[in-house]
Amino acid sequence: MSHASSVAPNATRTAPAIEPPRQYPDKPADVFLFGTCVLDLFFPDAGMDAIRLLEREGIRVHFPQAQSCCGQPAYTSGYTDEARVVARAQLALFAGDWPVVVPSGSCAGMFRHHYFELFKDEPQTLKQVESLAARTFELAEFLLNVCRVQLHDSGAPVKVALHTSCSARREMNTHVHGRALLGQLAAVERVDHDHESECCGFGGAFSVRMPDISGAMVKDKTAALKGSGAAEVVSADCGCLLNINGCFEKQGERLRGEHLASFLLRRTGGHKGDGR
Amino acid sequence: MSAMTDVPAVPIAFKRNAREALADPQLRRNFRGAMDFLMDKRRVQFPDGDELERLRAFGNRVRARALSKLPELLERLDANLSRNGVKVHWAETVEEANAIVHRIVEQHAAKKVIKGKSMVSEEMEMNHYLGERGVDCLESDMGEFIVQLREEKPSHIIMPAIHLNVGQVASLFHDKLEVDYTEDVDRLIQIGRETLRRNFFEADIGVSGVNFAVAETGTLLLVENEGNGRMSTTVPPVHIAVTGIEKVVENLRDVIPLLSLLTRSATGQAITTYVNMISGPRKADELDGPQEVHLVLLDNGRSQAFADGELRQTLNCIRCGACMNHCPVYTRIGGHAYGTVYPGPIGKIVTPHMLGLDTTRDLPTASSMCGACGEVCPVKIPIPALLRRLREEAVRAPEAVPHHMRGQGSKYSKKEAMLWKAWRKLNTSPALYRAFSFAGTRLSALMPSNIGPWTEHRSAPKPAARSLHELAREHLGED
Repeated sequence: MSHASSVAPNATRTAPAIEPPRQYPDKPADVFLFGTCVLDLFFPDAGMDAIRLLEREGIRVHFPQAQSCCGQPAYTSGYTDEARVVARAQLALFAGDWPVVVPSGSCAGMFRHHYFELFKDEPQTLKQVESLAARTFELAEFLLNVCRVQLHDSGAPVKVALHTSCSARREMNTHVHGRALLGQLAAVERVDHDHESECCGFGGAFSVRMPDISGAMVKDKTAALKGSGAAEVVSADCGCLLNINGCFEKQGERLRGEHLASFLLRRTGGHKGDGR
Repeated sequence: MSAMTDVPAVPIAFKRNAREALADPQLRRNFRGAMDFLMDKRRVQFPDGDELERLRAFGNRVRARALSKLPELLERLDANLSRNGVKVHWAETVEEANAIVHRIVEQHAAKKVIKGKSMVSEEMEMNHYLGERGVDCLESDMGEFIVQLREEKPSHIIMPAIHLNVGQVASLFHDKLEVDYTEDVDRLIQIGRETLRRNFFEADIGVSGVNFAVAETGTLLLVENEGNGRMSTTVPPVHIAVTGIEKVVENLRDVIPLLSLLTRSATGQAITTYVNMISGPRKADELDGPQEVHLVLLDNGRSQAFADGELRQTLNCIRCGACMNHCPVYTRIGGHAYGTVYPGPIGKIVTPHMLGLDTTRDLPTASSMCGACGEVCPVKIPIPALLRRLREEAVRAPEAVPHHMRGQGSKYSKKEAMLWKAWRKLNTSPALYRAFSFAGTRLSALMPSNIGPWTEHRSAPKPAARSLHELAREHLGED
């Protein structure tokens, strides 16, 4: 992760070589949870379920109350200066040695990959960025590879479709981790859906800036999920869930996507969050 | 497609075009089917993911090395081509490029031009330019030929007529070429080839594009599958190649990995049927080939991309089209909706340099940033990152920095800038954030059920009764 920082403004860039597989630390005693802004307001239960999953592993969870947003909405909209200010606030809050667990792949990807670009001109800040990037884990990745959870399914047999957000899939490999966790659940059959790796059409501001294209994409995605024969839809990204569930609801469909954390906890004897 | 002028740019009506395309079920079916087919073909060519990654990194380095010494390589290319007897012309704008071609046409009193496939000639709108001056240009690539018969533009950079199905081509040939209606693909291709064949011998000039221009040897490489490229460049007495300045590579051996990446990424072929290597006009003891070969090197905004270390990566492109084949937006709206010569993800990052960010204002935002394009790009152009950068340039306050991108700041709006300032405030002052989420969750009943574009296809999102901040505070205490 040393790209960007040392590149002179007019140098010709070459792509980084193939990254080696990530090395995982032992299970820690303490972690930070970064709740993300969409989850905070729209899926707080999923956040609580993530906390319970971590606590069940004997981990103390810390939730800095001053946290807000990773900065991605402004960053992808081209308002880089505004994004940097918000990102700087998160950097300060999540300093230290504890891992930062994020129940959303795209926000985790923002921490792990895009903060380098945001702070490329600040060598001092880049040290903090490097530390944060090294300690940031998407929830499923953390449960699987750091906690090494062994899940015991207590639910009835069910077919489940997994949707992984694009940035989560491409930047954080969440499809691999999500599938592995679902694979641990004995009575859960994960079914593929048509064009599974294709974007659901959310893309943050894209969904309102390009409503027609975004709408066509989410209609195709919901049709594919329905067509998979799955009784339940699971995803670890709240932006996608907002988009997909909104489209299901508009169509009068019964099906809804559920956050992976809630699904895992529910299937393994935990209790659902108590936000509503 | 005009040079820099003071006339305010007219933005491409992208959103309207997209809406019309989305409402056309035939177009939707044609593109979905064709893109699925192309994605499968590519996948078969790259069975080993690690091998693909190594190849992409290699391709990226070859292109980056060429770009890092672009001016020097172009001079070497010019010198070596000249030594081989090729006349090299430099054009900063499409007008200059067209004028150069027209001058050659006039020198030979040419009336008929036959063209192999060339996207740069599309950039120049050469057919139109020469047509207005009484010169007949005929496209000889089957897809281009079909598109020309329909008086359309290509909808894909590799497969110009990919938006059409067999029935549509059958009707077209029946109407325009006065042949019996047939949906037999082999028969249709035969009809096309017979029509084209005599034109190769009647043409005064052949025009082609270039896939790679090799500086070391002064060689122009051209890949194709139909043989029309070889015919266009060898049968007529004069051959004019047109290409962008970024197509130069240093050595002949650089071509090998790029060629392999190009054909496998584009059409899922290990190699194309024809690989033409053109190193000059017919020599005294040779039996065939043109008497005269010209190369027109076109800038058309490329040097603007070149001047910036990040945006320069745009010029890595080897025009395989894999980014559009894998793009969920392109797959749904097709190539014409973009209103540009280069559609899809590569079109969104290259066209702003050619036409300005004002004309192309909607293109960089027409992406969900899903990253499919960057993932398949054989030379690792970070397309999403470049789209983001163009968005940044488009909304940059006009007074903030000197203009170095044409059309910079064209999407700037004081209102939107203020909104993002407010967003920044909200997300950096915990008390304000707490008050906001308290209000948002408690007053969710007051949330309108119609919130503009979002609710055209989805129900309005409903905030939960209490935020995660509150729930976590209760569960974990103040942290």
